[in-house]
Amino acid sequence: MSASVGKVLLAVKGLTAAVGGRNVLKGIDLTVRAGEVHAIMGPNGSGKSTFSKVLAGHPVYEVTGGEALFDGVDLLALTPEARARAGFFLGFQYPVEVPGVANAQFLRLAYNTVRGGRGKDELDPLEFDDFVREKMKLLEMDPAFLDRSVNEGFSGGEKKRNEILQMALLEPRLALLDETDSGLDIDALRIVAGGVNHLRSADNAVVLVTHYQRLLNYIVPDFVHVMDGGRIVLTGGKELALELEARGYDWVEEAARSKAARAA
Amino acid sequence: MSAVLQSLIDQPYQHGFVTDIESDTVPKGLDESVIRMISLKKNEPAWLLDFRLGAYRHWLTMTEPTWPNVHYPKIDFQDISYYSAPKPKAKLASMDEVDPELLRTFEKLGVPLHERAALAGVAVDVIFDSVSVATTYKKKLAEVGVIFCSFSEAVHEHPELVRRYLGTVIPSADNFYAALNSAVFTDGSFCFIPRGVKCPMELSTYFRINTQESGQFERTLIIAEEGASVSYLEGCTAPRFDTNQLHAAVVELVALDNADIKYSTVQNWYAGDENGLGGIYNFVTKRGLCKGVNSRISWTQVETGSAITWKYPSCILLGDNSVGEFYSVALTNHYQQADTGTKMIHVGRNTRSTIVSKGISAGHSSNSYRGLVKIGPRAEGARNYSQCDSMLIGQQCSASTFPYLQVQNHTAKVEHEATTSRIGEEQLFYFASRGIGNEEAVSMIINGFVKDVFTQLPMEFAVEAGRLLGLKLEGSVG
Ligand SMILES: Nc1ncnc2c1ncn2[C@@H]1O[C@H](COP(=O)(O)OP(=O)(O)O)[C@@H](O)[C@H]1O
Ligand SMILES: [Mg+2]
Repeated sequence: MSASVGKVLLAVKGLTAAVGGRNVLKGIDLTVRAGEVHAIMGPNGSGKSTFSKVLAGHPVYEVTGGEALFDGVDLLALTPEARARAGFFLGFQYPVEVPGVANAQFLRLAYNTVRGGRGKDELDPLEFDDFVREKMKLLEMDPAFLDRSVNEGFSGGEKKRNEILQMALLEPRLALLDETDSGLDIDALRIVAGGVNHLRSADNAVVLVTHYQRLLNYIVPDFVHVMDGGRIVLTGGKELALELEARGYDWVEEAARSKAARAA
Repeated sequence: MSAVLQSLIDQPYQHGFVTDIESDTVPKGLDESVIRMISLKKNEPAWLLDFRLGAYRHWLTMTEPTWPNVHYPKIDFQDISYYSAPKPKAKLASMDEVDPELLRTFEKLGVPLHERAALAGVAVDVIFDSVSVATTYKKKLAEVGVIFCSFSEAVHEHPELVRRYLGTVIPSADNFYAALNSAVFTDGSFCFIPRGVKCPMELSTYFRINTQESGQFERTLIIAEEGASVSYLEGCTAPRFDTNQLHAAVVELVALDNADIKYSTVQNWYAGDENGLGGIYNFVTKRGLCKGVNSRISWTQVETGSAITWKYPSCILLGDNSVGEFYSVALTNHYQQADTGTKMIHVGRNTRSTIVSKGISAGHSSNSYRGLVKIGPRAEGARNYSQCDSMLIGQQCSASTFPYLQVQNHTAKVEHEATTSRIGEEQLFYFASRGIGNEEAVSMIINGFVKDVFTQLPMEFAVEAGRLLGLKLEGSVG
């Protein structure tokens, strides 16, 4: 546990959001410091993906209150692409398919846009090819995925690996991975987790949205949060994940209620 | 659909200005006397007047086609002026003598300086020392026997050729608009590649705009003799000086044994405004006859303009082993309507055809692919491959495909593939979350979508077409 020594990368306070006239996020507080790993767990429909996409700037969600500072900057005031360039990364739970656009072309444009924005030289297609192949080796990805259309016809696991490849290319300061482990077999899980660990440093942070303890065996979290009904209702250490796995989520709701009652 | 996505594809028409140049226009209306007058003004031989009158008399018995998937108020054919030409001018000796309005027009259009001169009808070598565009190309073509001139010029200089081929691919009574064109066409292009000659350069309509003048009812005739080949580029990105809304052209291609004709079009007529007001009705008949064995005719079109497009560049594969190709990108936005496609008529043995159609619809537009593949009883071993893909941008537009298939020979092989996809918010957000803005994302997705067609275009044309799609699709994203 890196004991809250890194500087604050993400500070979310009282964040609320609505979609289709319904409040989905009902006041989220979360502080993530450099060097930390956080896990967010919680039942389906509790708002984990919504929280992730609101931070990334998805236009369908309306932020109705609260704030989110990224390295001191008002994240919510930035366009989605500016958030990416600032070093925020979202690994999608369901990456979309983009027929007709070669993965290599997409990855290179993303790389040049995000890294170029940080003053790094742009890579031409040949240079990029060498570079991306190295990264793919790390994730044991077949280079054939470069020539295919973005995510088109990829299996669930292949899509997730492609997300981590993008993370490896963009080297974000904060990566929020939404159920990247779902649908991975045990080998793929090990590889993906290895990829994430490889990218960790004292300067960046990772937030893992997951249903499963098994991912947390590979990427050990400093904090585990439980989300329910659009709120973080419980926060603990890595043991909390084990407890959730053993006991399910029902007792958390109980505990949250009694905690709220005690506070009142 | 988000406002962002819509504004992205809304781009004002850049060539919609009017140039004030003196012109010679006849009063509105159509009857035999108007046709006689056109023929007289053009000093035509009697056989051509007869051709026109025959077409006109047949046209009177015809009705407008209603089968296309397009909707518009009935056209009043008596409310159109059938002849308009800028006042004839003497050959000019220098750029200083050119109508300054015309020069400003070219400037606005971004036509390169040396081409502006050629367009304005100046003998270029007078101005640009030894760099003579018009003269150089004419000489180079003449050396190998290629004839490339305006249709009117061809009627006078090469009447036997025009007479032999005119109306042989598209008979004057072929359809309503072809008949109308045959009756009233004012000018166009003529191109003849003699036996065994590979045309030494790509022929572009840029070179003959000055002699064409009025483009409303233009007529193009291209003949490639045995073993000849030519690549012909038709650019409609320039505005027309006429203000009429109807454009009904006819293009006929004839390929003899082992001949090869490649015809590429980039069409950007005025499409109307974002509410669907105004714009050109583009009702065009284009057909190629692969008359000889092993001949090949290839159509490539990028259609981005016009309020209504009604156009089916087709191939009649008469010669054994002949090949027909159709590569098309049709983009519609706002209230544009396009009903476009092709007909591949397999008559000869072992004839082959390929159809690749990419429709992009945005706004409230409607984009239909309509294609016929017909395999005749004699067409042993004929093969066709068709691929028709549609891309939708937003929720209000529509795309349809109407593939018709008639197979009368059981040895034929016909394949058809079709897909429909949509550029949605999720895709744009995915790109954005990787730092890529909406404009760039849309352009990347569209470029990927049209790739198979664009690779068929000659290099400079592909660049121009890409720029054009970009213009049509880019906008005011924050
Ligand atoms: N685009 C949307 N439109 C309507 N409702 C949505 C949308 N996105 C999420 N929701 C709703 O918000 C709630 C939280 O969903 P989500 O964030 O996907 O949960 P989780 O990722 O925790 O499973 C659910 O009730 C879901 O139906
Ligand atoms: Mg989710």
